[in-house]
Amino acid sequence: MSDDRAIITGIGATAPNGLGTEAYWAATLDGKSGIREIESFDPANYTTQVAGQVPEFVATQYVPAKVMVQTDRWTHLALAGAAMALADAGLDPAGMREYEMAVVTASSSGGSEFGQREIQKLWSNGPQHVGAYQSIAWFYAASTGQLSIMHGMRGACGVLASEQAGGLDVVAQSRRLLRRPDTTTVLTGGADHALCPYGMVAQSSTGRLSKAVDPERAYQPFTADAAGYVPGEGGAHFVMERADEAKARGASQRYGEVLGYAATFDPPPGSPRPPSLRRAIEGALADAGLTSADVDVVFADAAGDPELDRIEAGAIAAVFGPYAVPVTAPKTMTGRLYAGGASLDLAAALLSIRDNVIPPTVNVGEVATGCPIDLVTETRPARVRTALIVARGYGGFNAALVVRAI
Amino acid sequence: MSKAVVTGIGVVAPGGIGTRAFWDLLSSGRTATRAITHFDTTGFRSRIGAEVDFDPADSGLTHQETRRMDRAAQFAAVCTDEAIADSGLDFAGIDPGRIGVSIGSAVGCTVSLEREYVVLSDTGKNWLVDETYQVPHLYSYMAPSSLGCEVAWRVGAEGPVAVVSTGCTSGLDAVGHAVGLIEEGTADIVLAGATDAPISPITVACFDAIKATSPNNEDPEHALRPFDRRRNGFVLGEGAAIFVLESAEHARRRGVRGYVEIGGFATRSNAFHMTGLKPDGRELSEAIAVAMDRAHANPEDIDYVNAHGSGTKQNDRHETAAFKRALGERAHQVPVSSIKSMIGHSLGAIGSLEIAACALALQNQVVPPTANLEEPDPECDLDYVPKVARERELETILTVGSGFGGFQSAMVLSKPAGEIHV
Repeated sequence: MSDDRAIITGIGATAPNGLGTEAYWAATLDGKSGIREIESFDPANYTTQVAGQVPEFVATQYVPAKVMVQTDRWTHLALAGAAMALADAGLDPAGMREYEMAVVTASSSGGSEFGQREIQKLWSNGPQHVGAYQSIAWFYAASTGQLSIMHGMRGACGVLASEQAGGLDVVAQSRRLLRRPDTTTVLTGGADHALCPYGMVAQSSTGRLSKAVDPERAYQPFTADAAGYVPGEGGAHFVMERADEAKARGASQRYGEVLGYAATFDPPPGSPRPPSLRRAIEGALADAGLTSADVDVVFADAAGDPELDRIEAGAIAAVFGPYAVPVTAPKTMTGRLYAGGASLDLAAALLSIRDNVIPPTVNVGEVATGCPIDLVTETRPARVRTALIVARGYGGFNAALVVRAI
Repeated sequence: MSKAVVTGIGVVAPGGIGTRAFWDLLSSGRTATRAITHFDTTGFRSRIGAEVDFDPADSGLTHQETRRMDRAAQFAAVCTDEAIADSGLDFAGIDPGRIGVSIGSAVGCTVSLEREYVVLSDTGKNWLVDETYQVPHLYSYMAPSSLGCEVAWRVGAEGPVAVVSTGCTSGLDAVGHAVGLIEEGTADIVLAGATDAPISPITVACFDAIKATSPNNEDPEHALRPFDRRRNGFVLGEGAAIFVLESAEHARRRGVRGYVEIGGFATRSNAFHMTGLKPDGRELSEAIAVAMDRAHANPEDIDYVNAHGSGTKQNDRHETAAFKRALGERAHQVPVSSIKSMIGHSLGAIGSLEIAACALALQNQVVPPTANLEEPDPECDLDYVPKVARERELETILTVGSGFGGFQSAMVLSKPAGEIHV
């Protein structure tokens, strides 16, 4: 029987507090953070000195030598996460029909570290010193291209760059593709890595990064101590497929259905019009055919900026009522991962549904006045059938996604 | 489901600012490729480009906008203004939540990203760049999402905003993404298109390194020779094209027919090589077949094919094979041309510039030519409309793109039904 629901059957998390989905989830439920002093360069002279870094990531375990040299660490993380997601789903694209499997990824900053190295060579030694792989390693589409080549996926392709909202936008785009007759399966998700000196300086130009050097004090969203966010690297990838196809191939697990989504954009800076986040949340619920009472947990964007936190808490309270729904931000253990951030939140939401438990927001004290939300600060067992994930991208992007147990 | 129609066009391209200058160049068969003036090209292999003569102030940008925006964003802003004016839409009367944005770009804001790097690294001396020289909008140069923000702010869009960055197919894919938003009913109007400004040392050097660009430095006007047996690479270009894309229903209600209806769109990956193409054109052919199927078009319906025609040895062979595979006998009957021969290859932007060219071709019932095609390659044996534009009755057009990563895209555009848009 035809069942075109879009369901997620494989997860691959590459997170600062855990490499691999189960390692990430165990650390997250334990409240273990992956935020620490930057290790890839000496951050002593920079305003931000801590970041979420994926520990013990040996890219060569996931990436063939030939591909290693032509790719940035951001793509290594994507290749690793995608391989984990495919293995988790028990899916081998080689056995599929020619064009039925698509690849859609989110990227926010491309191959920053690779790019810095090549621009450095150009300006220190001259144009002949720029390597042959700059043309394919730095650009934002590199990961989608390498993923399709690595696994022989020749269907539709896509790359979305809506900063932190991108991780949800690609899932919505994947659902769109699955509604067409030519696509049955999509490899999707996002990752980012901009923890090189130039990448960090670019990030800090927004004024939104935390300047705290104590990893436990650096990222405290929704509290009176909120003073910026910590950046991080990594993300999560997924196998999404039509429910009937998953059933037909005997998929080993079905984490949840992508039920609702909406994206909005904020009015221009200085406009008297209200922010559009609330409308994104309401739109996602309407798209899902649900009411606010159906939602068991909200995974927050958690910007870590007092005003942005108030806007988000206000939107959640306006839709659900004050303190009416558990809200959590496990990204306090990883930092904000840009294109990988909302992807990782989606992974956490699906695992919450699987295990009926809400992961904590760590390192936060009392919730600030003006943030009327039930912030989950200790791992909380709860019946979780439906989760809402909220993400905002720098500049005004808002996205909200609803996932539900099968 | 409502179809998407183009009801406004804005163009910034080599050879002139604005849609009129753009069409004048294309229909005349002149080329805008020349020696690069943006920077000193001493030591580079390819020292030619198709540059836009662009003054932000002359194009209506304020000092603050000029300071804040990268060149690619400036192009997008100017195109947005022209497209809005051309559409005749009064945006003040439209619910902002029903307006979306979808902007494509391959390399985003690299001109500014490189310029600032040179300062922060003290001309490449210091890997640990000096944060004290950081400019306030630096992050917007690293994250191409800023291009979507600029367009959204300009038009007051509060619906979905996307930046599509699939390399050299971005310009087709961003418009394809916008079509999806309109067809599913998420937005009534989408500002859709693409922009790129890649003529900076790092991008010129990276194409030098793989010999993708033409080294015809002595004869820049004739350097890009698609389908010619002497072709030796593309010439880097820059520019933007942005459209007001509107649901046919919304346009009809205000008595506007639009330039073109976008009937079908599809993408495929070759999963073969990041830069290499298999000669058989199999995946591009598949993208064409699916796009035609969605547009309910048969090969006999296609009146003109706007080719990718980048002028590299492998591309022109690859896509000729793809046209034959997808269109059969029709491939030998239909005119095929590459406007890159005149305005260069502006990476992510070119797909949207080519859609603009298709819309104007339909409006004028003229096929733009392939400039510089003098000695046909025996392996490229279709009708490529050499050198001179051709009058022809046009109803339905196919446009395609092919890019790094193995991405292949195809779109079918046709004359909209209903009253004529002036």
